[in-house]
Amino acid sequence: MLSGERRAEVCQAGEVQLDVGGVAKHFGGVRAVETISLAVNRGEILSIIGPNGAGKTSFLNMVSGFYRPDRGTIRFEEREIAGMRPSKIAALGIARTFQNIALFGGMTVLDNIMLGRHVRMKSGVLSSFLYWGFAQREEIAHRARVEEVISFLDLEDLRKEQTSALAFGLRKKVELARALALDPKLLLLDEPMGGMNQEEKEDMARSILEVNEEWGTTIILIEHDMAVVMDISERVVVFDHGRKIAEGSPAAVARDAEVIRAYLGTARSREGLAA
Amino acid sequence: MFGSETGVFKTSYAADMALYPLPVARRTMAFLALFFLFAVPLLFSVYAVTILNLVLIAVVGALGLNILVGYTGQVSVGHAAFMSVGAYTAANLIARLHAPFWIAIPAGGGMAALVGAFFGIPSLRIKGLYLAIATLAAQFIIEWTINHVTWISGGVDASIQVSPPVVFGMALETQRQLYFFLLFFAALAVTATLNLVRSRVGRALVAVRDQDIAAEIIGINTFRYKLAAFAISSFYAGVAGVLYTYYLGIANYEQFGISVSIDYLAMIIIGGLGSVLGSIFGAAFITILPEATRLFLKHFGGMFLSHGAILNLIPNIRLILFGSLIIFFLIVEPEGLNRLWRNIRNYFRIWPFTT
Ligand SMILES: Nc1ncnc2c1ncn2[C@@H]1O[C@H](COP(=O)(O)OP(=O)(O)OP(=O)(O)O)[C@@H](O)[C@H]1O
Ligand SMILES: [Mg+2]
Repeated sequence: MLSGERRAEVCQAGEVQLDVGGVAKHFGGVRAVETISLAVNRGEILSIIGPNGAGKTSFLNMVSGFYRPDRGTIRFEEREIAGMRPSKIAALGIARTFQNIALFGGMTVLDNIMLGRHVRMKSGVLSSFLYWGFAQREEIAHRARVEEVISFLDLEDLRKEQTSALAFGLRKKVELARALALDPKLLLLDEPMGGMNQEEKEDMARSILEVNEEWGTTIILIEHDMAVVMDISERVVVFDHGRKIAEGSPAAVARDAEVIRAYLGTARSREGLAA
Repeated sequence: MFGSETGVFKTSYAADMALYPLPVARRTMAFLALFFLFAVPLLFSVYAVTILNLVLIAVVGALGLNILVGYTGQVSVGHAAFMSVGAYTAANLIARLHAPFWIAIPAGGGMAALVGAFFGIPSLRIKGLYLAIATLAAQFIIEWTINHVTWISGGVDASIQVSPPVVFGMALETQRQLYFFLLFFAALAVTATLNLVRSRVGRALVAVRDQDIAAEIIGINTFRYKLAAFAISSFYAGVAGVLYTYYLGIANYEQFGISVSIDYLAMIIIGGLGSVLGSIFGAAFITILPEATRLFLKHFGGMFLSHGAILNLIPNIRLILFGSLIIFFLIVEPEGLNRLWRNIRNYFRIWPFTT
């Protein structure tokens, strides 16, 4: 495995997969995203940090199509996706998880993850009605992929559990599994370790690194825990008041004076920062 | 029916996904098939078969409504109107063009699906109570249209006579003959629904119900699936409407009023939302309930009341029972009869290790 600094160099030379140019999003008087440009390289792990209300989630919401930007462009693999339907963007290979978990509570873990395969499957209403034949073959083929994801994240014992009955940390994991089942090229993770204990956090961080290494998935990660951010990201960008105020390797960002003033300085008591 | 599940292990994904994974379930299916194919027609009275025929038609309609309301989470109080679309489409085809059943039934379902998808458009914007009102409007618009456009309704009393379905050269005139016909379509509807809900489209519908934002984000076009749910549900309704028309020998719009839409809602609420078995239980329960009360009052009501008073009482008792049952199930057992059944069955499932 490459060290963080070395990998950052490799990626600098790499091709740009996601190119966001001057996007903005206002809600009435609230300027959630003032203006942000950001280029993300194929295969890198990029962390977005910043104080509460900085516009991190709003930024991801624009990339995944949940918000339509007021201004600006979002190009994913040479294709303009700003304002596209979220389902269409997902089909292009962008998956995400939510800050406050959005699983299908009435369904089993297995069905939730199978739903992650939705865009990769084809059965329509008619072949579903008939089932024996195309739909069944498809179910079996995709179930095999889902089982890979299940064993990758050690979810074997939970297959038939209702997700609403699971503990918080496990639900976050199932949500990651659902996103992975889509075989994404770009994975957007909104505070995947929020509300987890130390052990769960380490577990999750390991999984994220493995996903990136094994499948070459590009990962954009929003995280408040600085120790984790410094550990796993190749590059860090800092948002504040809807703007990008710094960008660079974890070490460089940590040294940046503006970052310290805007974020680190005001939140010295935050978890992980004292170190 | 009851049987131990202990010692059964699944060794392939296909086995894990099978409709009837346990040997005991397959035996149950074989038993049910024998019962419905031989015992019922041989042993039941004509009266009982007539009622059972109504149940079979209701099963088709209830499955359709459950796909929309129970599985997809979209409210509709216009189900009966979509049935009437199927009924009149088929009746016109039969009366004017002598269409055989294998054209009349899919055509009725198809037309209902189109109309249903059209009236499902508001669901793209609104939910819950507002959607209920929009589908209520559909109910009244369709009722009014059929009643007032004589080209559709066939004249002053808005009814069209239809000839019985002809199967392998035989016209199905009696209720006993019709029974096999209806049983076939009810079984087909049950199988199709079980297949639907265990595959890609069915999962997507449930995803739309549970979390439509998350559904969209993982790649489910929620607009398309909501409209599809209305279309599929109305297709079942249309087919049920055609079957009912064959049953009555006449298409008549009064048979498809708002109260019938409410009956169907009662079926799936009492039977169990989002459950195939629940749809069957609910359809049977709601269809048999008025007959059972009528029989009960006829036999025992005479002890306290005059004959005239009983006749007056029957429709009211039916409404009171309906209302209280719906309230009971909504509050005490939201998963309906299906849940009660599961509780009993689960007890025996791992017997003798039940605690
Ligand atoms: N749909 C919305 N309607 C109105 N205001 C919104 C909406 N979404 C975001 N905002 C506002 O935009 C600002 C940025 O919010 P956002 O959720 O993007 O912040 P964040 O950086 O993710 O914060 P946190 O660390 O707390 O998750 C906040 O002031 C928020 O209240
Ligand atoms: Mg956020």
